[in-house]
Amino acid sequence: MAKLLEVASEMEKKNSPKRVDGLSKIYGKALYVDDIPLNGVLHASTIRSSCAGGVVEELTFDPTFDWTPFVVVTAQDIPGLNAIKMLENDQPVLVDRVFRHAGEPLALLAHSDRGMLETALCHVHVRETPLAHPVFEIDEALHAEGTIIPDNVYTDYLLNKGDVEQAQKNAECFIEERLMTSSQEQLYIEPQGMIAVFQEDGVLRIEGSMQCPYYVLDALEQCTGLDKDKLRVVQSTTGGAFGGKEDYPSMIACHAALLALKAGGLPVKLIYERGEDLRVTPKRHPSRSLVRLGANREGELQFIDMDFAIDGGAYRTLSPVVLSRGVIHAPGPYRCANIRVRGRAVATNHPPFGAFRGFGAPQSIFALEVAMDRLAAKLNMDPAELRRKNLLHRGDVSPTGDLVGEDCFAQEILEAALIASHYEERRDAFRHWNAAQHNTLRGIGLATFAHGAGFTGNGELYLASRVFLQAHADGQVEILCSNTEMGQGAATTLVQIAADALQLPMEQVHLAQTDTARVPNSGPTVASRTCMVVGDLIEKAAQCLLQKLRAEGGLSQTFTSAEFSAVCFRMQESGKDLLVTASYQPPVDMLWDEKSFTGRAYSSYAWAAYIAEVEVDKLTLETRVLNFTAAQEIGHAVHPQIVQGQIEGGVVQGIGYALYENVLWNQFGVMANDRLTNYIIPTTADIGPLQVVLMEKGLGAGPKGAKGVGELPMDGPAPAIVNAIQQALKIDVAQIPAMPELLLDLSRAQRGSQCQ
Amino acid sequence: MSVKMQINGQEVQVQAPPASRLLDVLRGELGLKGAKEGCGEGECGACAVLVNGQVVNSCLIPLGQMDGAKIVTIEGVPGDSPLLQSFHDCAAAQCGICTPGMILAATALLAEHPQPTMDEIRWGLSGNLCRCTGYGRIYEAVTQASTGDAHG
Repeated sequence: MAKLLEVASEMEKKNSPKRVDGLSKIYGKALYVDDIPLNGVLHASTIRSSCAGGVVEELTFDPTFDWTPFVVVTAQDIPGLNAIKMLENDQPVLVDRVFRHAGEPLALLAHSDRGMLETALCHVHVRETPLAHPVFEIDEALHAEGTIIPDNVYTDYLLNKGDVEQAQKNAECFIEERLMTSSQEQLYIEPQGMIAVFQEDGVLRIEGSMQCPYYVLDALEQCTGLDKDKLRVVQSTTGGAFGGKEDYPSMIACHAALLALKAGGLPVKLIYERGEDLRVTPKRHPSRSLVRLGANREGELQFIDMDFAIDGGAYRTLSPVVLSRGVIHAPGPYRCANIRVRGRAVATNHPPFGAFRGFGAPQSIFALEVAMDRLAAKLNMDPAELRRKNLLHRGDVSPTGDLVGEDCFAQEILEAALIASHYEERRDAFRHWNAAQHNTLRGIGLATFAHGAGFTGNGELYLASRVFLQAHADGQVEILCSNTEMGQGAATTLVQIAADALQLPMEQVHLAQTDTARVPNSGPTVASRTCMVVGDLIEKAAQCLLQKLRAEGGLSQTFTSAEFSAVCFRMQESGKDLLVTASYQPPVDMLWDEKSFTGRAYSSYAWAAYIAEVEVDKLTLETRVLNFTAAQEIGHAVHPQIVQGQIEGGVVQGIGYALYENVLWNQFGVMANDRLTNYIIPTTADIGPLQVVLMEKGLGAGPKGAKGVGELPMDGPAPAIVNAIQQALKIDVAQIPAMPELLLDLSRAQRGSQCQ
Repeated sequence: MSVKMQINGQEVQVQAPPASRLLDVLRGELGLKGAKEGCGEGECGACAVLVNGQVVNSCLIPLGQMDGAKIVTIEGVPGDSPLLQSFHDCAAAQCGICTPGMILAATALLAEHPQPTMDEIRWGLSGNLCRCTGYGRIYEAVTQASTGDAHG
C-alpha cells in the first residue's frame, strides 16, 4: 500500500486536475436514467421467450383481462425493419415467430403503475415449440448436425506467417494445451435503461445509459422508419459500461421508442432490474483455445499454433470484431517466424455475447501466456527468462508481418516489472515458504503482453470521425463529440486536452452533453479510442480554432484568458463564425489487409508485464492475491490519476475474472446465477496491495504520444494469477475462474489429494 | 400507514404501506435520488443510507420499521465533511453510481474508527461494490479524510 501511495504522490505533482464530473457525483446530484424526473410516465416491461430457441406458436393476451389502460407492442407494430442495426440485420427487435435463444423479446407492455404491470404479465400466455437440440458448447456447436447458421460459424479468420508445419518438424521442445475461459459479466452497477418521449416539435427523444449514441440513433432510424431529424438520442449520466452498453442499448432504445409511438405522447421508461440485465444483456465471450508451442533447446520460439474459438451466442452482433482482436493479440508480443492462428466465432443458443473491456484479447492472451509457462516448465527455464529470450525488439517483424519500429518496449517493461515486484527474491522466498510446514502454498506468476488501441486496421478510416469546437462570445469553448463519459474519465481528459492545446484554464472549456441533435459523430466510445483518436482530433481542432482567431480576430501569439474572450466577443459581434471542425485523417503508413491478417493492425501498442503473487490455502484451496504489480508503457499519461484509476479498476476486474466470476448456465442456456448474491465480484475485502508502474517512453498516436490504457489491465491478471497458482500447487490449471472446487478436482486428478 | 422520521435533520411524515422499501420512499415521495438501486437485494450498497448512525441498505428496509428513525442520505452529509473533498481530490468517483453509498459507509466507518487501519477500511467498505476503481482511489480518499493527508 505504501508503494501505491508513493506512486499517487508522484502523480499528483504532475498534470492531474480534478475530474469535471466529480462533485455532481459525490453530492449525489448527477442524474442517471432512473433519476430523471418525468410527468405521467409509463413503466415498461418485456415479455420474453423461455426456451433455448424454437417457434412461438401463440402469444395470447387473456381476453378476460382489461387491456385498455395498457400499451401493448408486438412485432406487428414495428413500422420499420424488425432488426437491430449492427454488423448484420439478423437479430429481431421483437420475435415474430422463430427465435434462437431463451430471453428473446416477444412483446412489450407499459402502464403508469408498476404493480398493474406485474399483474398484467401473468395474463400473457406464450406457447412455444422448443428447438429439439439446442447447443451451448463451442465444440458441440462446431460438430452439430442441425445448425443455427451454416456450419454454426459466424466468422473464420486465419493469421498465417511462415510455415508452422515445417517448423514443427524441427522444434526440439514442444507443448500442446487446451485452455478455456468462461464468460464474464460487465456488472456496471447501474442497470441498463432508456426513456422515450415525444417532444413538442414531434421529435422522438431517447435518453439513457449508453456508450454509443450514434449506434442507438442508427438502430432507431431502421426500426421506427423515422428520419434522423425526427429522432434525438441523449446520453444520461452513465453508471459504468465496460463494453456492456455498446450494443444492447440499441435494443432497449428501440423497445422504448416502439412503446412511445403507441403511447399517445406519454413518456415511457424501460429500466431493467438486475436479474433481467444479467440474464439477457451481452457478456464476455467464453473461449476455447488449442495451443501448440515449439522452441529450440535455448528456448527460442520456433512456432506458435493456436486454434482459437469463441462462443458468439445466438446472433452475430459484434462477434466478428471481437474475434478479430482476439486473433491479432493471440501470438502475443513475441518474435516468432512461424505463426498460425485460426479464429472462429461460433453460433450457439446462448443469448449473444458482446463487448467487454479487452474485446477478445483477454481470452487469447490467457491461452498463450499460460501455455508459455508450460513451455518454460518443459524447458526447465524460469518463465521470465523464456519471455526475455522471445519478447520483440525494435526492428523485429510483428506477428502480422509488420516491422516493429522504435515504439517497442516489451523488454524494458518486463525488466521494470521484475524489479518493482522483487520477482527473484519473492520466488526464492516462496520456495522456502512452500518447503516449510505452513497452511498455505505460495507462487509468483507473470504475463507479458501488448494491447493495440483504437479500431482494428482500417476501422478508423471507415468511421471517419468528426469533432467540433465551438467558441462563444463570452470566451467559453465547448467540445462537441459523440464520445461518452461512463466513469472512465473521458469528460475530464478531453477537456484537459482541449484546454492544454488552447492554452486556456480548464474552467473555460466544457464538454457538451452527448446529444445527437448537437454533436457530430466522432465514433463509438470503445477500445480506448476516445483519448487516443478523438483526443487527437480535439487537439487538432483546438489548433484550428487558434489559427482562426489569429487570422480573423487578431489574437496574438501569446494571450491571456481575457484576451481570448475579447477576441471571441469581437468576432461574434461582427457576425463571424466561431465553430471549427476536425476530421480523422489516417496515418500514411497504416496498411492493413483484412483478408490475410497482415500489415499494421493498430496505430500503436502499449506494452505491459504483470506479476501476481498468490497464496492458496491448503485446506480450502481458496486463492488470495498477496501482491500485484502492473507495469505498462503507455506513451504519455494525459491525466496520471485517471490512468492509475483505470489500471487499478481493470486489474481488479481481471482478478475477478481469474478467481471469482463464474457465469453458470441453466438448462435453457441463460445465466443461472443472475443475482449479486451468487455472481461474485471482488470487494474491498478481497483485494491486496496493487502496485502500478507507468513508463512513458514510446510515442503513441494520441495527444503528446498517449496510447490506449483501458484494456491493458484486463489482459494480464488472469494468466499471471493462474501461472502463480500453478507454481504454488504444482498442478496444471487450464481454465478460469480458478475456483477452489476446480483446484480441488485438479489436485486430486493430477497428484492425489495431497492438499488434505 | 403513517411514519414519522427525521431525514437529514428534518422531521418528515410519510403515508405509505408499511412494506414499502425505504429506498422507494426516499427516491419517490421525498425526491432524494442520491440513493441508487443497483441490485435490489442488499448486495451492492448503492442504496446505502445511515439509519441511527448505522449504514444500512435501504432497499431491504421496510418503511414500517422506520418510525422515529434518524436517517442521513448523501444529500444530508454536511458540506464540510472531509470525505466529500477527499473523494474529489483522489478521483475516487468514476462512474459515480456507488459513490453516495460509499461515502455513507465511509462516514460510518470514520465515526467508529477515526483513524482506521487499512484492514479496517477494507472491512468497513466491504458491503459496497465498486466496479470502476478497483477501490484504490477510494482507500486513498478515506485515508486522506481521516488524516488530512492523502499520503499519510
